[in-house]
Formats: sequence, C-alpha cells, structure tokens
Amino acid sequence: MTLAPNTSSLVGNGVTARVEEGQAGRSVLKVIATPFRAVPRSLSITLGFMVWIAVIGGWFALTYSGAVKEMFLPRPESVLSTTISMALDGSLWEHVFASVQVVLIGFVLSSIVAVPLGLTMGTYRIVQAVLEPLVNFIRYLPVTSFVPLFILWIGIGIEQRVAVIVFGVFFQQLVMIADSARSVQRDLVNAAYTLGTKRGDTVFHIVFPATLPSVLDVLRVTMGWAWTYLVVAELVAARSGLGYISLKAMRGFQVDVIFMAIAMIGILGLCTDQLFRGIRRLVAPWAN
Amino acid sequence: MDALNLTTKPKSSDIGIDNVVLRYGKGDNAVLALDGISFHVVPNEFCVIVGPSGCGKSSLLYLVAGLEERTGGMIVVGGKPVTEPGPDRGMVFQAYTLFPWLTVAQNVEYGPKRKGIAPAERRVIVEHFLHEVGLAKFANHYPSQLSGGMKQRVAIARALANDPDVLLMDEPFGALDSQTRHSMQKLLLRIWDHSKKTVLFVTHDIDEAILLADRVLVMSGRPGQIKKEIRVGLPRPRSMDLVMEPNFIAMKREILELLKNDEDDEH
Ligand SMILES: Nc1ncnc2c1ncn2[C@@H]1O[C@H](COP(=O)(O)OP(=O)(O)OP(=O)(O)O)[C@@H](O)[C@H]1O
Ligand SMILES: [Mg+2]
Repeated sequence: MTLAPNTSSLVGNGVTARVEEGQAGRSVLKVIATPFRAVPRSLSITLGFMVWIAVIGGWFALTYSGAVKEMFLPRPESVLSTTISMALDGSLWEHVFASVQVVLIGFVLSSIVAVPLGLTMGTYRIVQAVLEPLVNFIRYLPVTSFVPLFILWIGIGIEQRVAVIVFGVFFQQLVMIADSARSVQRDLVNAAYTLGTKRGDTVFHIVFPATLPSVLDVLRVTMGWAWTYLVVAELVAARSGLGYISLKAMRGFQVDVIFMAIAMIGILGLCTDQLFRGIRRLVAPWAN
Repeated sequence: MDALNLTTKPKSSDIGIDNVVLRYGKGDNAVLALDGISFHVVPNEFCVIVGPSGCGKSSLLYLVAGLEERTGGMIVVGGKPVTEPGPDRGMVFQAYTLFPWLTVAQNVEYGPKRKGIAPAERRVIVEHFLHEVGLAKFANHYPSQLSGGMKQRVAIARALANDPDVLLMDEPFGALDSQTRHSMQKLLLRIWDHSKKTVLFVTHDIDEAILLADRVLVMSGRPGQIKKEIRVGLPRPRSMDLVMEPNFIAMKREILELLKNDEDDEH
C-alpha cells in the first residue's frame, strides 16, 4: 500500500466517508479505479454486505408489496421459520447429512484418481497420447443423459448418486490438472536434474509441489460442480437429501422448502470453498 | 569453515568438447546451432564464453549438462562421456529456477537430500553455503520474497552445495543491474577461489568475461564455432579497478573487434 496514511484512514471509516476536498477524494477514486490494486478491507466487506442487504431487501419488497404471489416466492420469514422448525425436528440434518455424504464420497473418489493420473498425463506425453482423445470426448457428454443409464446399471442406491458426481467431476479434473502439470516451467525440471533428481522422481519431487496451488484451485472449483450434480442425482432417484426434498416440496407447492434447500446448498458450497482456500493457505504458503 | 571436509577436498574435472554438432528440428525447419565445435577446459579453470546472441552459447551448456541431445561429436566430463544430466555437473540458469515451494535453506538442501546425506550433515552444508553467499539471515524466506540478485546467489549456493565437479553458468547475472552485477562477480570469484571448481561461464558482457576468466572463448555467429581463445593472465585476486588497466582495455578492444567482424559478416 503506497496510499498516504491519512487517506487510507478516511476510507477505513467506511464508504460513507465522503471526501469534499478534491485531493484526497481523487486518490480514493484512483485507488478503486486502478486494475489489480488492493482496496481497504473494510470497504470490500461493507460493499459485500450491502449487496446482500439489497438482495434481501428486494425480496421483502417483492413479497410484501404483493407483486409476486406467495405461491411462487415465499416471504423471507416463512423460509426462516421452516428452516428453524426442520432444524429442530432433526429432518433438516438428516437431509443435509445424506447430501454431504454423496458429494464427499463422489468427490474424494474422483480426486484420488484424477490428481495422480492428471499429473502423470501432463508430464508424460505417452500417457497424454493414450488418454486425451477419449477423455476429451467423454467430458463433453452431458451428465444428465447418463442418469437413466446409471439407474439401469447400478440401481437407485447411494452408489448411483455417487456415480453421477464422479462422472460429472472426474474428467474435468483430469484435464485441468494435466494442463497445470504441462505448464510447469521446463528449466525447473532441468535444474532438478542437475541436482540429482531421477527421471522417475520428477512427478513426485517437482511437478506435484510446483502445481499444488493450482491443483487445489481445480479441486475447489470442481467441488462447486459436484454440488450442482448432486441435485441432478437426487432429483431422480433418492429418498433423502436436499435435492430430493426440493423435488418433493415442488409437488406439495412448498416453495419455502425449496428456497431453504437451495440456501442450504449455497451455504454448504460456501463452506467447502472456504475450506479449500484455507487448505491452500496452509499447505502452499509460498503461493500467496 | 575448513572443518568441512567438502571444501578441503576440492573436486573438479576437465571438460572435453570434441567436434560437437547440434541441429534443432528436422527437414526444412532445421536450425544448425553448433557446427563442429571443439575445446578443452582443464580442472579448476575459469573458462568464459562470449558470442553474439543466438550463436548457441546456452545450447552448448545444455549439452554439457546433458539436458539436450547432441547431433554429433563427443563431450567428456571427468573422463566420462556425457549421456544424461547428473549431479556431477551443476548449473546456474539465466532464468530464475529456484523451487518456489521450498525456502532458501530447503532449496540449498535439495541436492544433498537427493544424494541421501544425513540431516545433521545437510544442515552443516546449508549453513556453510548460505554463509558463503551472505544469505544466512534469509534461510527461512521463500524465493518470491527475494530480489533478483539474492535469487541468483541462492542458485549458486544450491549448485555448490551439491558438490559438482564442474559448474555451468548461463548468463547468471544477465538480468541484474550493474551495481549488483559487480558485487555478484566479486562474490563468485571469492567462492570459486574457495571451492576451485571448473567453471564454464557464458556471458555477453565483455568486462565481466575478462574480469572473471582464466581464458575467454569468443564464438562466431550461428552456426556457433570458436573464433578465438584469449588467455587473460591478469593476476588474482582481481578487483574492479582492473577495467582501467591498459592490457584489460587491449583485450576488451580485441574481443569487441572479433564480435564486430561477426556482425559485418552477417550483413
Ligand atoms: N528448442 C529449440 N528449437 C529450435 N531452435 C532452437 C531451440 N533452442 C535454440 N534454438 C536456436 O538455436 C540457436 C542457439 O540458441 P541458444 O539459445 O543456444 O543461443 P544463445 O547463444 O544462448 O543466445 P543468447 O545470447 O540470446 O542467450 C538460436 O538461433 C535459436 O534460435
Ligand atoms: Mg542463451
């Protein structure tokens, strides 16, 4: 931060701190209009909150003014009370647990194979030559079209839902991780050779640590996709889970339950996102 | 520091380059980078190569390191023909190649660790070489927290900690400002004096070449060949003031002339 201390403290007091004198006002404007320039933390937090308040405020306005029927858009407090009552009778946790289980099992199974295989694929051209044509074909196939097939093959147990997640996530992970392995600076590998690294150890000693931050980013992004595919998996064949209850709620016109399920998935997604950011900070402190 | 048996028992080899040819690519796109180049570097010698850009200086070092496959000829280091990269030939690259995920100390420790040297001994080695390059205080920093000059000092320490027989340096100070460059040159000469490694050093800075070298090899433009070899013969230890001396200036003029002729040939 090269910002003069007096200007930064002005901004620190919040966005409402309107600066009359040109000098300081221009420099605040300059800061926020500079590409990639950090803005004061208080400012970004305040703005983030204000957007949420605006969205929720708009929700109140739409429902209370009667512009939208409650059958289509529930009032905020009815979503809240539904959530509380389902949390108290335990049914909410049962569904959350069912969904988290499916996402985690599917995601972990996929990642355990995709990370080492993707790194190998990006490092060894021969592995790339073998896998890439097939993988690039499969990864454009829509996951949804495989759901009936999976039901036919695997049945309607948890295995089927896990299979949908794995299918949706695995091939994307593979391609993105192979890409980051391929972009490892060649002279880094050369330097490692001149320091006595064996050819066979290159993936483990160089490619893996060099790509660790981007691998974790790939995992974080694909975790988000796993939550998306969860709903696809649960809409069709499930007896519990957040996707399942929203489908059931649609049949009973319980819009508040649908809203709650969506919000729950959003919150859980946000949590896993933060978890991966935390892991990245912890295991790759050099990349921040 | 003499307690460290690594430094009391200097290990260095000769480098024999015999009629080496290097061609990149095939058919019409083929580039002949080196065309039958031959020379010999004796143990403990500080040999510097200068030449116009694109004449194949980096290629030559990559060949000696075993990182590139030659099209023809023979390279022998310490009596062994070069077939693949190995820890007996340390290299400092022009681009920064410190491992960003390792701290300064861990970078220096990397080679000894691959060799299976015990942790206690590794610590002594790391301490010694970080001290040599004056970065003991930065042992726990990550490369991204260092300046360009500091990074190259760590790279030198990392290469030396691995105790290679020869040290290959590809314009290691090319990206540094002249002040930093001078202090790096002084540092390198001091370290070389302690370790007595065979050094094959590439630069396009003529002052740097004469200041450092026992012998300067001047290369012609592509395809690269040795045009002339100049024995520097200035007394050591050398100081930066040498650049004012008449025989320094004479040598500098000679090299400039050789490089200039080359430019004229091309146009
Ligand atoms: N991988 C490659 N494929 C094809 N041609 C290459 C390759 N690497 C180098 N060359 C060519 O070989 C020649 C020698 O390259 P090299 O990098 O060894 O030159 P240099 O003397 O180190 O140049 P500089 O002083 O600019 O670093 C150049 O003309 C370059 O175009
Ligand atoms: Mg070069």
